[in-house]
Amino acid sequence: MPNQTLRKPAISISPEEYKALAQKYTPKPTFTKNILRAFFVGGLICALGQVIINIFSGIGLTPKEASNAGTAAMIFLGSLLTGLGVYDEIGKFGGAGSIIPVTGFANSIVSPAMEFKREGYVQGVGAKLFTVAGPVLVYGIAASIIIGVLAYFLH
Amino acid sequence: MFHLIFPAFIVGGLICVIGQLMMDLTKPSFTPAHVLVSFVTGGAVLGALGVYEPLVKFAGAGATIPLSGFGYSLAKGSIEAVEKRGLIGALSGGVEATAVGIAAAVFFGYLMSVTFNPKG
Repeated sequence: MPNQTLRKPAISISPEEYKALAQKYTPKPTFTKNILRAFFVGGLICALGQVIINIFSGIGLTPKEASNAGTAAMIFLGSLLTGLGVYDEIGKFGGAGSIIPVTGFANSIVSPAMEFKREGYVQGVGAKLFTVAGPVLVYGIAASIIIGVLAYFLH
Repeated sequence: MFHLIFPAFIVGGLICVIGQLMMDLTKPSFTPAHVLVSFVTGGAVLGALGVYEPLVKFAGAGATIPLSGFGYSLAKGSIEAVEKRGLIGALSGGVEATAVGIAAAVFFGYLMSVTFNPKG
């Protein structure tokens, strides 16, 4: 239909007016809110980790042992809360505050493994445990080896 | 009992804010997995440069619980093992120093994945 004329727009509005209107209806930036939430949730998780480490120190572990045991305990808590479906709720609120601590690392292990259980215990659970943990271990361990080699030749 | 809890809260919180900025200021294709990989690698580099150690002394869990602390431990273990045993230490030191965390993550992760089912 080449001769069809375009219908006139129902509302006439200048580009400036449109801009102002669009800005009014754009959701308020969640930037600051995200940062505050990440700070509080991340801070609280780390403070809890410190409480657990202090308890391990209190029962006679060396600082190194206590720190290791504290990390293991936090990983246990992170996995358990993911299994119970609680950690996802913490994650929705805390953003990076729940992702960066080891509890978030544990969450990234349990979450896909649980999801893919129907694909079996080897190709499902066994493989999907490493969806995120795999890359983290690959880059972390590779970095540590390169650093060790550099330390060897620089000293 | 209250040793280091406040510094752990502040430093741990600030480290997580860096992660939040990385997520909010990058494209959506930069996933949480990319953030975690960056933190481990970054922590290893800062650990090797000796920058992360003072943070661990000052803030305890505030520096060791975030994943950058895992990178720091990997780097520290590797360097210390190289000093003791030579070049072979570069292969053994990192994993040795972080063995508890890696084994705990694999074992507890497996246990919980098998025990629980996803909600909904």
